[in-house]
Amino acid sequence: MKALVWHGTADIRYDTVPDPEIEQPRDAIVKVTSCAICGSDLHLYDHFMPGMEKGDIMGHEFMGEVVDVGAEAKSALKVGDRVVVPFTIWCGECDQCRRGNYSVCERSNRNKAMADKLFGHTTAGLFGYTHLTGGYPGGQAEYVRVPFADRTHVKIPDGLTDEQVLFLGDIFPTGWQAAAQCDIQPTDTVAIWGCGPVGQMTIRSAVLLGAKQVIAIDRVPERLSMAKAGGAITINFEEESVVERLNELTGGKGPEKCIDAVGMEAHATATLDSMYDRAKQALALESDRAHVLREMMYVCRPAGTLSIPGVYGGLIDKVPFGMSMNKGLTWRMGQTHVNRWTDDLLRRIQEGQIDPSFVITHTVGLADGPGMYQTFRDKRDGCIKVVLKP
Amino acid sequence: MAYYRRNSSADRLARGLGWFSIGLGVAELVAGRRIARWMGMEEQAGLIRAYGAREVATGVGLLALGDARPWMWGRIAGDALDLATLASAHHDGNPRRENVATALGAVAAVTALDVLCTAMLHREEATAWTPHPDYSDRSGLPRPPVAMRGAAKDAPIPADMRTPDILRFEPA
Ligand SMILES: NC(=O)c1ccc[n+]([C@@H]2O[C@H](COP(=O)([O-])OP(=O)(O)OC[C@H]3O[C@@H](n4cnc5c(N)ncnc54)[C@H](O)[C@@H]3O)[C@@H](O)[C@H]2O)c1
Ligand SMILES: [Zn+2]
Ligand SMILES: [Zn+2]
Repeated sequence: MKALVWHGTADIRYDTVPDPEIEQPRDAIVKVTSCAICGSDLHLYDHFMPGMEKGDIMGHEFMGEVVDVGAEAKSALKVGDRVVVPFTIWCGECDQCRRGNYSVCERSNRNKAMADKLFGHTTAGLFGYTHLTGGYPGGQAEYVRVPFADRTHVKIPDGLTDEQVLFLGDIFPTGWQAAAQCDIQPTDTVAIWGCGPVGQMTIRSAVLLGAKQVIAIDRVPERLSMAKAGGAITINFEEESVVERLNELTGGKGPEKCIDAVGMEAHATATLDSMYDRAKQALALESDRAHVLREMMYVCRPAGTLSIPGVYGGLIDKVPFGMSMNKGLTWRMGQTHVNRWTDDLLRRIQEGQIDPSFVITHTVGLADGPGMYQTFRDKRDGCIKVVLKP
Repeated sequence: MAYYRRNSSADRLARGLGWFSIGLGVAELVAGRRIARWMGMEEQAGLIRAYGAREVATGVGLLALGDARPWMWGRIAGDALDLATLASAHHDGNPRRENVATALGAVAAVTALDVLCTAMLHREEATAWTPHPDYSDRSGLPRPPVAMRGAAKDAPIPADMRTPDILRFEPA
């Protein structure tokens, strides 16, 4: 079959690879009908995430049709079912899964020993991601093997297009969890850094969950215009001071809830700390850039919440932890517990409360994927979200 | 906003010049005195070290994953400074004036490369430029956002994600 394969920094190729097969009784094979490129893929593309190997198949946001089912997954799935596959693989039986903490499932990471060593304790297996999370072949391919498939799926009823439901596998629940874990009150100002696909979903989620005011920060004009369309007040961080504007908009008190939808590749602004991060990252003395985290800690209202869907891979430096401690901030972060939210969100899509397809700007064949990685990363051609059709 | 394309030929040249900057800078920092002596500029060993520090800083800036252009302009300004300093040492009273001439030639060549690279980077931006598409109609919501505010207030927020009572802001 054909798949998008990682070969090194900024080197993704449309290769021919062996077809996947059922390996475990709980597996299923899905024929992919649509998949997307996620901001997390960019961390792999730019090779900021450790644990990638030449030959890894990319992609963790995908959906399709079940074409083969292992013996123990038959109770939940049958050939012909239409499913969205969440990027977090979960067993449904371990202590964490029973609590709904699917992204830290204790069983689905087949490289558990490696993760135990690096993180202290393992997290869940993820598709098309680093070998630290199992190195499972991803969904930017014609076919995918889905482990623990009896749990790791969302069944899609008829009458909805791929475009409407595809993002249930990642960015929609990610934006939703980012907002939900802020426990938004009707008096809250929610500030969101980053108007990429995750930021866009977070903005809509914060509006639907009833925030008094949603403020979105980025520097890419078309992303800001899409943020505004979703109900956000926008700040262009290249043209205005983020801290000043946020204080202005909150009567000097600061936003109660701050969300980092940017992650480890935060763009340097003219500020000293981001120059420092860029230099250290270039010299491999620091793996992640913490500019957004610092800004959030500084501007957040005391006793407020920082929610961090943005992905970090390793070490950050010069984090003013004392400030956060003294202000009594609550930190919430993590990979998304996708299936915790999907039933509720699927219903909202069906009822027409939201249509996540608004974010798609580019749809191309899988063969054009490698070029689209670059377009998406460099934010060219108005690109916000790419959907690939194998 | 600034558009830059990583891994284009201009970008690769810029990163190469970044490594060159760091190499030269380190050499100037470590061997400032020897270099000064070689050009009959003993008095200016400190200045050469300072130039070395400048080279390292621009080099790091170029290798960082951002817009290379400001740093390239920094390099060009630095080249001008180098040329001026060398020119001031290129006089009949300097027994090492031949060596100064060699250095001048080398700096001039690198300056040409810097100018070329900067021009390439700017040309790249000009060709990459397309008008920003208008996404102001892409709300994803069935009614205007103000009307949708709180539409999902019924959503189940799991107990583990609720704000502890003591941290809640009471509505005024
Ligand atoms: N937690 C999860 O489960 C999960 C799931 C999906 C994605 N993610 C992560 O979410 C993040 C965003 O993903 P995306 O798909 O939207 O990616 P993206 O790269 O398209 O979006 C990032 C946006 O942040 C903006 N930005 C950069 N520096 C900034 C700054 N200093 N201030 C404000 N904005 C800044 C960029 O211009 C860009 O628009 C990534 O780190 C991704 O890995 C996490
Ligand atoms: Zn993702
Ligand atoms: Zn589990």
